[in-house]
Amino acid sequence: MRPVDGPPVPDEEPLPDRQVALIDLLDRLLAGGVVLTGDIVLSIADIDLVRISLRSLIVSISEENLSPWNALPARRRP
Amino acid sequence: MTVAISYAYAVARDDGALHEALTGVFGVSGAPVRLVRTEDCDGLVVAVSPVPSNDFDEESLRRHLEDLDWVERTARAHHRVVEALAGRTTVLPLRLVTLYRDDERVRSALADGCDGFASRLDELTSRAEWGVKVFVDEPSSGTPQDPPAAELSPGRAYLSRRRDRRNAREDAYRRAGQAVSRIESAARAHAVGRVRHRPQQGALGPRTGQNVSNDAYLVPLRDAEDFRAEVAQAADGFTGVRVEITGPWAPYSFAAADLPQGRTDAAP
Repeated sequence: MRPVDGPPVPDEEPLPDRQVALIDLLDRLLAGGVVLTGDIVLSIADIDLVRISLRSLIVSISEENLSPWNALPARRRP
Repeated sequence: MTVAISYAYAVARDDGALHEALTGVFGVSGAPVRLVRTEDCDGLVVAVSPVPSNDFDEESLRRHLEDLDWVERTARAHHRVVEALAGRTTVLPLRLVTLYRDDERVRSALADGCDGFASRLDELTSRAEWGVKVFVDEPSSGTPQDPPAAELSPGRAYLSRRRDRRNAREDAYRRAGQAVSRIESAARAHAVGRVRHRPQQGALGPRTGQNVSNDAYLVPLRDAEDFRAEVAQAADGFTGVRVEITGPWAPYSFAAADLPQGRTDAAP
C-alpha cells in the first residue's frame, strides 16, 4: 500500500511500489467494506455464496499439491 | 442495450479539494472517477465511476466473480481509488461491486445513509487499519531428532517416525498459540478495534508454513510506530513462528461497524 500524503510509514521498512497481496485485499473487499444495497440484484446472501464459491476455487487450486500440513487442525475462527 | 451504470467505491468527507486526489485515477473499467454529492448530506461524497451495464449485470457478475483474473483487476482498481482518497481524507470503503443504475440512485443512497456515514467517518478519523498475520513454519522434515533405533522393524520404525513428526507439529502449534497470545496483547495495547479474518490458505495463501491467525487492528495514527514495533517484537523467541504486518490500510475491516441496520435494506 502506498499512502499519498497518508499516514507515515516507518523508515526501516519502506513499502514504495510494492503491490499489496491479492489475498489480503480480498479479505478486506469481500468480507469488509460497507454493504449498501445497490441496484444490481445480488442480494447479501448471494454475495456470500459468491464469496464461498470463490474461496472454494482458491482452495481447490491448492489441493493439487496438498501437503500433510494442510490436514492439521489450524486455529480457526468459528 | 449497454448503458453506463455507476460503480461506487467509497464514502468520504470532502474538504472541497478532494477531486484533486482523483486526478489521473481511473476506475474499474478504466473511466475517470467522479465525486457524487447531495444537498441532503452536506460535505459527504461518494466516489463513483461509470461501468458498462452488460459487463455488470447479474449474470455477468456471477461469471466474473468466479474468474480470479477479473476479480484481481477489479479489486486492484477498487483499491487504487480507495487509496487515492485515503491519502487525503478519511474514507469508508464500500464492498466490491456496489453498483447503481445512475448517479441519481447513488445520491439517494448517500442521503439515506448520511447520518450513519458521518458518525462512522468521525470515529475513523486519524486511525488506520493494520493487518497482523501469524504463521507457523513446517518443522523441517528428513532430519528426525531421534532416529529410530536400528533394531526396530520397518513397521515400528514407520510408526516411530510418524509419532516424532506429530510431536514436532504439536510443539509448533503450542508455540504458535503462545506467540499469538503475546502478539494479541501487544497489539491491543495500542489498537482501538479488532476484526478477525479467516486464516489464509490455498493458492493465494502462504507459500510456506500455515497461517494461524489473520487479524485487522484499528490503530490511532500516532500509535502506528509503537504498534508495529511491539507487535513485531512480540514473536521474538518463538522458533518457527513468523508474524507479518501489513498496512497502513484504509479502514476496510472497520467501515461497517455500528452503522445502522437500515443500510442493508434502504432500497425502495
